[in-house]
This record gives sequence, C-alpha cells and structure tokens, in this order.
Amino acid sequence: MRFTLNAREVELNVAPLARLLDVLREDCGLTGTKEGCGEGECGACTVLVDGEAVCACLVPVAQVEGAEVVTIEGLGDDHPLQRAFMDEVGAQCGICTPGMILTAITLGPRPSLAKIRRGLAGNLCRCTGYEAIYRAIHRAS
Amino acid sequence: MRTAVSRLELLQPRSLQHALRMLRDEGPLTPLAGATDLYVAVNFGTLDSTRFLNLWGLEPLRRITLCGDTLRIGALATYTSLIRSRLVRQRLPILARAALEVGGVQIQNRGTLGGNVANASPAGDTLPVLAVAEAVVVLRSVDRERRVPFAEFYTGYRQTVRRPDELIVGLEIPPVEGRQWFRKVGTRAAQAISKVVIAAVRGSSPRIALGSVAPTVIRLSQVEHALGAGAGMDEAVHRLDQDIQPIDDLRSTADYRRDVAGNLLQRFWAETGGLSS
Repeated sequence: MRFTLNAREVELNVAPLARLLDVLREDCGLTGTKEGCGEGECGACTVLVDGEAVCACLVPVAQVEGAEVVTIEGLGDDHPLQRAFMDEVGAQCGICTPGMILTAITLGPRPSLAKIRRGLAGNLCRCTGYEAIYRAIHRAS
Repeated sequence: MRTAVSRLELLQPRSLQHALRMLRDEGPLTPLAGATDLYVAVNFGTLDSTRFLNLWGLEPLRRITLCGDTLRIGALATYTSLIRSRLVRQRLPILARAALEVGGVQIQNRGTLGGNVANASPAGDTLPVLAVAEAVVVLRSVDRERRVPFAEFYTGYRQTVRRPDELIVGLEIPPVEGRQWFRKVGTRAAQAISKVVIAAVRGSSPRIALGSVAPTVIRLSQVEHALGAGAGMDEAVHRLDQDIQPIDDLRSTADYRRDVAGNLLQRFWAETGGLSS
C-alpha cells in the first residue's frame, strides 16, 4: 500500500488492519508518535491524516491508502509551535507533546482560549496542568 | 496491540454495490467505518470477528442533503461534518450539539453517525436525538432497500433488526417542530461516555428520549403522554421512574442515574416552558 508520509511517498507491505500507530513507529521508524492509552482517550498518538487530527491507535493502516499523513517529524525541528512549547515550558515528561502540537496545528490562526480548550479536549496531559500548553499555542499563533 | 493483525482479513469494496455483494456472498463480515469503537476491541483482543469490510472509502455515503422536507444524512457522515453542516444546525441543532460532545476532536473526525447507530450502545450520544427526531434508518442489501422507524430499530441490548447482509446507508429525518433540547451528563465534557444522556422536543406533544438508563435508548412514552395531557412535574417524574431501568456499572449507579434523569426532565420542562417556545 502507498500513502504520503511527511511529504514523501511511501510504499509498504503491511497487514491492512495493522494500526497506523504501529506502522509509523515500527515499519517507518518514526517514534515521535507516542502510544498512551491505545483506545482513543488520550490523544498522545495524534497525527494528521489529510489535515485532520486523528488517533493513530484507532486507524487501520488500510484507511490511509492514498492519504497524506503528517507526524511530528514532518514539522522539522523549528516549527513555531515547537519553539513556543519550549519557550513556555509546555512540556514536562513530553509524552503528550507531539500529539498536542499536531492537534494545535489544526486550530487555525489566532484561536481563542475557548477554542484552544475545546480543540485540545482530546489530548490529555498529566504533568503540566495545561496552562503552559495553552500559553504556548496562544503565543505561536 | 493484543490481536495478531496478520490473522485479520479486510475486504476492500470499490463501491456500495460491491460492498453489498461482498456482504451477501463472502460473509459473515463486520462492517468497519471510522473504527473509533470497534478498533478499541480489536486492539485489546476482545472482539471475536476476524473478517471486516472497509466502508471508509465509500464517499457517496458521506453526503448530507435536503430531499423535499427530509434531511438525509449518509451513514458515513462524521461527527465533525455534522457539527459543520448548516443543514444539520438549522434543522436538527441538537444533533450537532450531541456530535460536539462525542469524544474529542480526533474521535469526531473519524466516528460516523451510521457507526453510532450500528454500534447499538445504550450510551450512544446521537441516539436520543434520532429517537426524538423520529428518524428513519435506511438499510440496503443487494436487492432491496428498507426503511425502519428508529423506534423499531433496536430489539435489545446491542441488538438491532439489521440483517448480516444489510448495511445502514443513511438516516432520514423529517421536520421537527418545537423547541429542541439536549444534555449529556458524564464525568467530563470531552471523552467521557455518558452516565445519562437526554434529547427532547417541546412541541404540540412533547418528545423525550434517554440514553444510558435501559438496555437500549428509550422514548419516555408515559412521561410524554402525561406532560402532553397537562400533568404536573411530580407525576411526570413518577412515570419516568417506571419508564427507565438503569443499572450500576463502571460509569455510574442506578440510583444516581434515576436522580439525574429526573433532574434533567425537570430542567428540560422549565427551560423550554417560556412564551418564546
């Protein structure tokens, strides 16, 4: 099967019902996407599929055939959101951070605090208390 | 992942008709759309099915249209598309409201209305809305299409009248007259599955449906009759107690659900009772 991964075409021979999460980490070697709960509750494994945030633990890889997938690695190392998360200390253990940043990208320019809160409701952080995360997103937008 | 995925089979239809032929000729197959619930069970190795039918690519089933006076929502319309749809917001705003309270954005981007209906959970967030809207479930097999009133679709806990060779292709929603009202009570606004969920319409005769208080979503027919006939709230709450059969489970208790259901009923009636309704 084929899809676009971080702007590059990839062709893989994988089981169609393998989780996108496992394919990204184990077959593509991109371990920036983290596994938290494995049941769509925590958002740690959030990636973008055709520009929409999804939980990679709940997507059978066959469903991204022909789609554009973006993981945290696809942002490079100097995306404004990455820099803002560092500047505002929007991460502690860091497991939720890739998913937080990818979900934040979908919020569009200058989101209100209410929009940030609602948009990130599916991304759980157990360290920061969220305030620094909200500040980082506000600062980067 | 606790399931050996190499043993699972996924059939990939090119069209709806192709999917229906696969269901008839190559079944039994478990239809798979946004996978937001089904895949949790696959991940945890608690699902018996090993053969699946991938519906995700069937684009014609995503449409939301107005046909005469009837709102038609394709089974693959996601919660996000319901939230964004002007037609849904104009005609059945409580459906958009319910969709907003499903999971988080990631789940709303993948989960589908047809999936919520097919999954047949008593806690499905959109189901009380479809019950009070008196929606029609459109089922299709290779050689026929049939329309089942929502009130007749569920036959028991996680049981529906859908046959193994049929797919839910959409929901048809007639015009709804009266003031619409929806509340979901759960542990948290996002991600949590409901303890009690209610949808109601204050029209010439009230319609009220509750989720998470019985084996299936239920219409409160006794309460509706009583309130429609001018009964007071004490009488209505008494009848509510007879209409519901809540249980203790990992999310809540039967007693709490009874209390909350009664409170929600009172709040619906109070908030929709003004002259503006």
